[in-house]
Amino acid sequence: MTSDHNAHHPKVGFWRQYVFNTDHKMIGLWYGITALFFLFFGFCLVMLMRWQLAYPGVALPVIGKWFGESRMPDGVMLPELYNQLGAMHGTIMVFMGIVPLAVGAYGNVLIPLMIGAPDMAFPKINLASYWAYFIGGVIMLASFFVPGGAAAAGWTSYAPLAVISTMGQTMWIIGMVFLITSSLLGAVNFLTTIIQMRAPGLTFMKLPFFVWAQFITAFLLLLAFPPLEAAAVMQLMDRVAHTSFFMPSGLMVSGQPLQISGGGSVLLWQHLFWFLAHPEVYVLILPAMGIVSEIIANNSRKPLWGYKAMVFSLIFLGFMSFIVWAHHMYITGMGTGISSFFQATTMIISIPSVIILTALFLSLWGGSIRFNTPMLFALAFLPMFGIGGLTGLPLGLSTPDIHLHDTYYVIGHFHYIVAPGTIFALFAGIYYWYPKLTGRKMNEFLGHLHFWPTLVCMNFLFMPMLIQGLAGVSRRLYDGGMEYSHAQGVMHLNGVMSYAAWIMALFQIPFIINILLSLKGGEKVNDNPWGSTTLEWATATPPPHGNFAFDPKVYRGPYEYSVPGASVDYTPQYQEKVI
Amino acid sequence: MSSVHVLPYTVSPRQDTGLFNAKLGIWLFLGSEVMLFGGLFSAYILLRMGAPNWPMGSTILSIPIGTFNTIVLITSSVTMVMAWVSLKLQELKKFRMYLGLTILLALTFLMVKAFEYGAKFSIHYHEYFPALFNLAVHRLAGGIAAMALVPKCILGFFFLWAVWSLAQVAFKDFSRFVRTAILLISVIAFIGIILTLFELGNRHSHHNFPPSYSTYMAIYFTLTGLHGLHVLGGIIVNGYFWGPGRRMWLDQPERFTNRIEVAGLYWHFVDLVWIFLFPVLYLL
Ligand code: HEM
Ligand SMILES: [Cu+2]
Repeated sequence: MTSDHNAHHPKVGFWRQYVFNTDHKMIGLWYGITALFFLFFGFCLVMLMRWQLAYPGVALPVIGKWFGESRMPDGVMLPELYNQLGAMHGTIMVFMGIVPLAVGAYGNVLIPLMIGAPDMAFPKINLASYWAYFIGGVIMLASFFVPGGAAAAGWTSYAPLAVISTMGQTMWIIGMVFLITSSLLGAVNFLTTIIQMRAPGLTFMKLPFFVWAQFITAFLLLLAFPPLEAAAVMQLMDRVAHTSFFMPSGLMVSGQPLQISGGGSVLLWQHLFWFLAHPEVYVLILPAMGIVSEIIANNSRKPLWGYKAMVFSLIFLGFMSFIVWAHHMYITGMGTGISSFFQATTMIISIPSVIILTALFLSLWGGSIRFNTPMLFALAFLPMFGIGGLTGLPLGLSTPDIHLHDTYYVIGHFHYIVAPGTIFALFAGIYYWYPKLTGRKMNEFLGHLHFWPTLVCMNFLFMPMLIQGLAGVSRRLYDGGMEYSHAQGVMHLNGVMSYAAWIMALFQIPFIINILLSLKGGEKVNDNPWGSTTLEWATATPPPHGNFAFDPKVYRGPYEYSVPGASVDYTPQYQEKVI
Repeated sequence: MSSVHVLPYTVSPRQDTGLFNAKLGIWLFLGSEVMLFGGLFSAYILLRMGAPNWPMGSTILSIPIGTFNTIVLITSSVTMVMAWVSLKLQELKKFRMYLGLTILLALTFLMVKAFEYGAKFSIHYHEYFPALFNLAVHRLAGGIAAMALVPKCILGFFFLWAVWSLAQVAFKDFSRFVRTAILLISVIAFIGIILTLFELGNRHSHHNFPPSYSTYMAIYFTLTGLHGLHVLGGIIVNGYFWGPGRRMWLDQPERFTNRIEVAGLYWHFVDLVWIFLFPVLYLL
């Protein structure tokens, strides 16, 4: 109730206004800023690793000394640090970067606007969800400074390695519990909001595809994360109370038998982890598909091709994503029956992805396409996600996976999906919705300067990974595979990839400048600058507390572009008659 | 206050879904809780299937104590429903009594659990130390064990005090049925405490059974510990509604009733989890 009063007392304190504001847009903005920071931080970690991979054992010039003797003696990276960087890069990018940005930020800002609601269903829980995320993030960052450094057993934290590693792993678990809590609170909120707060007339089949994507994503978060929480609790018990959930009998560490009761199962961790982490990969991609769909429909001035097919694919995909997880575990010695089951489900789950991708491609057919920056990023998403998805198919069949598992090919596969895929979609969304939040467009020239080099660098960065992986180079090697004779033919690619990464970093500068300078200097625009049909453009700019100046009603589907007989090429959802 | 700022369906249900927001929210949340305990239960099944041998729960845990705690929790679910019904009947005083009873029963449950836990940690120091140090270590251990009793005594004292003052209120204002109910519940709570104290006194006849003792103990402590945290969460939430939270009754009685309904759904879930835990850990 207090928040209602705030709207009528413009003089609220700084803390209320910015930090403890329960308005969904402010929370979304905080999510976005924090997540962008973590994305940048995670990228910095990997740039350090790329130095070690390009120049194994060579001292890192200038900044190498800053890391101290325990991490980089004389500027040369220790293997322990390399492992920490790798594990934390994965954790930060997935759980603290992409998910909070794609779900926390985009979902929070856009869902209530797109469904014509004044706010999220539970504003205070929403705020709590952000702060749980923030605390989890702080714990993860702090873990770099405890004795032994941060978690170093990979973002997958496989047992028994994770159980016997240093204190950073305990911090990782506790941090994860906070991040999971945040996701659960967020998911409950998103689902309730979408089910309960749709404006009159806005039936499920009139929802923008973005909202559908967030809806299925929230279900995945709600149901897939708790088993990982259970697993995290068990790993915590293994580490702190010396239980043996994941510790088999007769385990030797450095030639010494461990003093534990034994009888645990290392595969149990993998099952629980991947039961989350496969749905999690769809959490990484579905919101991106949603963003891209909105932008493509808008900029091709055509309805989405096959909206219904896309929605049903999405639902089917969400369901199937719970029964494919063991395709990450083909080489753990599972029987042929079980393996066949998971191969079959994995092949089946790629069908809905293909349907969605095809529908998006066909949506372009015959459109009068506007090639602005958001559209460029959205268009690039399509083939990049295509490469990522297609490279997944060989991994989904156990025979090729025996060769490819744990090689750089896997790294190439999912980075194609997440980096030039999801991250491009997130960039596209920032360029696209920036005018709604600020009243100004971002600069097109800087946008192009951001897009083209980033696209080129992405491919120079991730295509060689596929090649190295096919040659059999393993992932997570401190020297990039220098020791192995089979890797010699592809080692020179390490340099290529590293330079691609560093150059790509440089070309993020135009983006940062663009965000900041456009706040004051961008081209001023009206409330609906892209001529869009969905509800978020019906608000004032920026949308005030409570969002809508009228009681929104919905009369039509989300993508009525170029309706025959209309005088303008878009007919908004909230408009009663075609004019 | 313009109408657009008020969130819809906080009180009355939305027509097409038939639910108010919080009710849908709690069902979704409970869905995730099912997955949480489901993950742990499947871990239990997998580990038990892979184990060469598995102890009967009854050889380590006390079935009477477990049964007692089961009864306590089921009773608390009943009082929780009564609390909600009292609100529906506009009887705030009765509501407070029933919710207070729910909280007390939950505290009883936790206390019994704490005694049960304590009984698993009798440390046989003399097995680990040479005879020379035995005496000194024994003294020390005795001291530590005595100190560990202090918080439990305080808890016990508070509990009795709370029962007492509640009973006083009830004797003044309510029918005979309620009085006997309170008496009965206090009596079973008391028996529970006696039982657990008995087990506590018996501790030296047991081995030391910390979580690291075996996979069974690990599962036992993890599952019951997590469940205990849920009970604690329920106590905090219900405590809030019993105390400061009840102010909402004055200006938004319907919304407050909804909140109690939602808290009740959560509480029944916590109860239900225990009803699975009890046979799985104590009987099978
Ligand atoms: C389109 C169909 C897809 C198929 C058939 C597929 C298949 C696979 C398979 C079988 C693996 C395990 C490879 C191995 O470890 O040997 C894998 C790994 C992975 N995939 Fe996919 N995938 C698909 C889409 C996606 C999507 C949409 C994402 C979203 C980001 C994704 C992210 C990942 C990640 C992160 C890993 C590596 C996990 C790790 O071991 O660290 N995949 N994929
Ligand atoms: Cu997968």
